[in-house]
Amino acid sequence: MSHEDYYVKDDFTLVEKFDKDNVVVVKLEDLINWGRAGSPWFFQFGLACCAIEMMAAAGPRHDLERFGMMPRATPRQADVMIVAGTVTLKMASRVKRLFEQMADPKYVISMGSCSNSGGPYWQYGYHVLKGVDIVVPVDVYIPGCPPRPEALIQGILELQKKIKLDTPLRKKS
Amino acid sequence: MSIKIIDILDKKFKDSINFSENQNSLFIDDPSKWDKISKFLHQNKDLKFDYLMCLSGYDLTDNKLGVAYNLYSTSLKHYLEVRIEVESEIEIPSVANLWRTANWHEREAYDLLGIKFTDHPELKRILLPEDWEGHPLKKDYETPDFYNGMPVPKDKSYWE
Repeated sequence: MSHEDYYVKDDFTLVEKFDKDNVVVVKLEDLINWGRAGSPWFFQFGLACCAIEMMAAAGPRHDLERFGMMPRATPRQADVMIVAGTVTLKMASRVKRLFEQMADPKYVISMGSCSNSGGPYWQYGYHVLKGVDIVVPVDVYIPGCPPRPEALIQGILELQKKIKLDTPLRKKS
Repeated sequence: MSIKIIDILDKKFKDSINFSENQNSLFIDDPSKWDKISKFLHQNKDLKFDYLMCLSGYDLTDNKLGVAYNLYSTSLKHYLEVRIEVESEIEIPSVANLWRTANWHEREAYDLLGIKFTDHPELKRILLPEDWEGHPLKKDYETPDFYNGMPVPKDKSYWE
């Protein structure tokens, strides 16, 4: 076996290796990342009309559970916060507090124009935060007003790629 | 508005009310009379306005504010629009005890326009946070640069 075979680039190769001889030799980090990327339970944070699309994506037709995603109503059980909708200035401090209550590792998906950059309120809204990235660090931005469930699913796949590049066992500098 | 309603109100409160030219709305000149008039509208057997459909505030500029009440009688099936237009310092009697709808609607008018209502059970902000400064739907409102450390206008400096 060459070095290339040990190195798992994505979970398909891991599954295929099981099929061959039931023995898999991988780095522990890759195994952890494989597990984390396969079960990103999301904190349902519906603030406006994007929440309807998020619910549609979690429903049976688009079925987010095939990616291991389960809606959670508390930050303590969630790994990913999907900020779906307009973040008002009144809500912004709540968004920040709930993000701080999530356990590490935690990720944020900003869904829709409003939470990306203020959306239709980008210039004259006195009450809207111009982008949720002002208060919490965002991993994936999904454009659209609102984005279709397919767009949300693509954002989740991009987030899974990002999770697989993580190095959980090494010291953070 | 039917002629009958106009007659009843004209007979009772001749000095303190006015009707608009097309006779669609009732203007009340002296807001301190509104307490009495609202009770009359609610209880008189020929009027019986038991349903407040909407309460809206508006800004007329030049330091004048207005409140519009849209009333309906579910038993007699007639409508009435009442308007009170006053200087911004003058307080308007609350009708929250007569029509429960008015409770939150008056709080909204207070929140966004700064119209004050006397004898309201709990006159505080309903939409904006408690520590917000100013009343944003007034024509002379200026958007602040920061709210609790968060930039309010679009700050493009960090990504452009």
